[in-house]
Amino acid sequence: MKPVDQSAAADMFIADVQHERFHDHHLWDLRKGRDQERDQIPEWETLRQLASDIKAHTLTHLADYLEEFERNATANGVQIHWAQDAQEHNRIVGEIFAAHQVKTVIKSKSMLTDECQMRPYLAELGITVIESDLGERIQQLDDDQPPSHIVVPAVHKLRGDVAKLFARTINSDPNNDDPKVLSEAGRQSLRPHFLAADAGMTGANYLIAETGSFVVCTNEGNADISANLPPLHVASVGIEKLIPRIEDLGVFIRLLSRSALGSPITQYTSHFRAPRDGSEMHIVLVDNGRSARLGMADFWTSLKCIRCGACMNTCPVYRRSGGLSYGSVYPGPIGVILNPAIDLHRYRALPYASTMNGSCTSVCPVKINIHEQIYQWRRIISEKQELPLLRRTALDVAAKVLASPALYRRVIAGVDQVSREFPRALIYNPLNAWGLQREIPDAPKATFHQWWAKNRGADHE
Amino acid sequence: MSSRDIILAQVRVNQPPASDLPKVPLFDANLPSPWPQFQASLQRMGGEILDCPEGVHLNALLAQHFPQAKIIASVVPEVEGNFNVVQGEDPHHLAEVDVAVVRARFAVAETGSVCFTEQELVINALAYLAQHLVVLLDVNEIVGNLHQAYQRPEFQMARYAVLHSGPSATADIEGTLVHGAQGVRTLSVIAYQRTPCVV
Amino acid sequence: MTMTPIAPRVALFVPCFIDASFPEIGVATLQLLERLGCIVEYPFNQTCCGQPLANEGDQKNAAACEALFVQNFAGYDYIVGPSASCIHHVRQHMDAIEQTDEVTQVRTHAYELVEFLHDILQVRDFPWASFPHKVALHNSCTSLRSLQPPLASMSEIRGPAFSKPKELLANVPGIEWVELERADECCGFGGLFSIFEEGVSAKMGYDKVDDQRRAGAEYIVSADMSCLMHQKGCAQRLGYGQKYIHIAQILNGDTV
Repeated sequence: MKPVDQSAAADMFIADVQHERFHDHHLWDLRKGRDQERDQIPEWETLRQLASDIKAHTLTHLADYLEEFERNATANGVQIHWAQDAQEHNRIVGEIFAAHQVKTVIKSKSMLTDECQMRPYLAELGITVIESDLGERIQQLDDDQPPSHIVVPAVHKLRGDVAKLFARTINSDPNNDDPKVLSEAGRQSLRPHFLAADAGMTGANYLIAETGSFVVCTNEGNADISANLPPLHVASVGIEKLIPRIEDLGVFIRLLSRSALGSPITQYTSHFRAPRDGSEMHIVLVDNGRSARLGMADFWTSLKCIRCGACMNTCPVYRRSGGLSYGSVYPGPIGVILNPAIDLHRYRALPYASTMNGSCTSVCPVKINIHEQIYQWRRIISEKQELPLLRRTALDVAAKVLASPALYRRVIAGVDQVSREFPRALIYNPLNAWGLQREIPDAPKATFHQWWAKNRGADHE
Repeated sequence: MSSRDIILAQVRVNQPPASDLPKVPLFDANLPSPWPQFQASLQRMGGEILDCPEGVHLNALLAQHFPQAKIIASVVPEVEGNFNVVQGEDPHHLAEVDVAVVRARFAVAETGSVCFTEQELVINALAYLAQHLVVLLDVNEIVGNLHQAYQRPEFQMARYAVLHSGPSATADIEGTLVHGAQGVRTLSVIAYQRTPCVV
Repeated sequence: MTMTPIAPRVALFVPCFIDASFPEIGVATLQLLERLGCIVEYPFNQTCCGQPLANEGDQKNAAACEALFVQNFAGYDYIVGPSASCIHHVRQHMDAIEQTDEVTQVRTHAYELVEFLHDILQVRDFPWASFPHKVALHNSCTSLRSLQPPLASMSEIRGPAFSKPKELLANVPGIEWVELERADECCGFGGLFSIFEEGVSAKMGYDKVDDQRRAGAEYIVSADMSCLMHQKGCAQRLGYGQKYIHIAQILNGDTV
């Protein structure tokens, strides 16, 4: 596939002043909310370390914990399925639904099912999947536009966009863009889908090995309706979501919503251990590249991610680019380090869509060293010759100059001679881009080196 | 080999060097007084406290607080209601319930959460399909923080255990907080001592 | 003034962009170190530490720069440069070349100017300096979130607040600090990011200089001139009046 051009997409996002402004300010507000919650918790940094250590322990013993989870869940009457990749996940889910004559599914938010491209697959089988999270539903109604943020999927839209979309798709009043009215319209339009669904689907935030149970954290109540109304509940979960014990939840639940939205907890924290009488509960455990990532020395800790989105909220590049610019289910800093492992060529630009400012690392509740992994991905991209030719050539030229004191002196002193030896240095003149929106520094009368030679270092000349 | 065995084998091969599982402290030194803290947290999450004055019956309180409510489904002995919730029945008919009344198993002061299991809810969907949720809480059953909460047996034993922290909410349209997303529109807690079990 | 008993022998590292575009910062650094009793040498064949190449992931091309850097700076007690990002590269990332004892010696003896003044010389008084202006501090992201140990506390982490640059400037008379709304948000420079992601970089820069302007800053001071070069370029294009100055210039008492 063609490489994602994040930079060009970001430019388009910035060109829309109103949208960019709201996006930047609103997500920054979420970051500020997160800081305020942190200030209420004296043990905040201890909790982050605990979360990171619990995840490290689990991931380094993952096979045993998966087996323990399977054993306990099975004993609870839950049916466990294993999927090596997206195709197998979709096939399994399709088969479960076929066996139950399911035609319509009500689904709460799951990044994994998006990662697997499940909806189009099930559509081919004649199964309709309705997204029940309001943000996800907005995105689905908007011609299946992907979510732009993993926690607030429609954060790139303004109220006017939603008013227009709802008027077109669910017959709401096109002239009323009050978010309260629009949310109510969304509620009213989703209700019949909940009641008509043959099956419910959720993701899971955590799988608990010791009990074989799983936890879903949501705000809208949609996951709990999806799970508790139809007679069939299917949960798709990545194998990295495991934690060993119930008591570990204390750490993760305290961190999750505070990091994500600046709220102390999600409105609903739901612990599913066993099916209701007369209903079935299935869990599809999905690998899809996760076990391979576990073996990547520099990158395995990215599997600690609890999908809170704090790295997106704080990322100055993400806030000004919009999530869609990343061309992936996982945008923002965490996407920058997850996606290259999935498809290096397609996502080769993402590690460069970063100033490596490190704010993501510092807000991450499980202490993933995101910006350092971005740096490591750049090495791999360079090694595998995935840097665009122009950029590679520029670096080759720069390297020649910087590694040769004599040549370097002449270049920075602006000696014309150089252009004849290195015409590319002029053809590819980076200062062209610099000057589009910024002034170029005035050229000093002399470089420091020349100053030194003149004032201090007669010996050297 | 099955997919299961292939995945487990590959995980085993790729697992980084083992690290230890840390002990999780309870972080419960100097916690604030539970009931005032619970009230503040609940309000923060969009829930409300309903005061039941001495001598006023709960039925009257609810009638006064929800004047429009036609169907009140109560699964607590303290409130009468006019709708029968029977265990094992199809949950779909709960869609017409205006007000559901349930008792919390316990509450969490830190987050203003109330806990239910399938026992309290009788039918789990009751707590979501109703328009409004009224919760009876014994103020002696409030734990200080989430670490203490996860020491409780419900999370080991119940098929379904859920923490409700205020009513359903969304901020998916321009970040504007709206209560009453897909679940209940309001969640009200009434401090009401658990009726002792008479055997 | 606290001084180490024996005059420290310092190799002055003048990063390439300072050499080329901001020689006065190199001069201020040199004069300041000498005023504080250091014996300063300037390794004459120095060019660049390799950071611009290594940050692109280009280890192959970075190697020659790094080798040249080590050649120039080996054997000194202290290598001091007025740029956190360059020192961060030397200290934490300079691994495109074989890690010989000589390389390790260079990497463990490199200091950013502020940390050298604050931690090694432990100087707090600059009696020749005064700066009667409204000033905003810009800490580069590298100096906060990458350099170990960091120059200042960051807004993301819960913990005691500290700022080595502010401690150094605390006794310079006349400074009136102004605070930004987003004090330590990245300004969008990011090295070659500023060229290859020009649109986002400039937008971040515009937002940063707007914030500085709203705060009423006359001057923005930083230990990293690369961020300031970008911010200054943005402010000038927008016609804003605030000025940008390196901390070495204030501490050296330069007239500006």
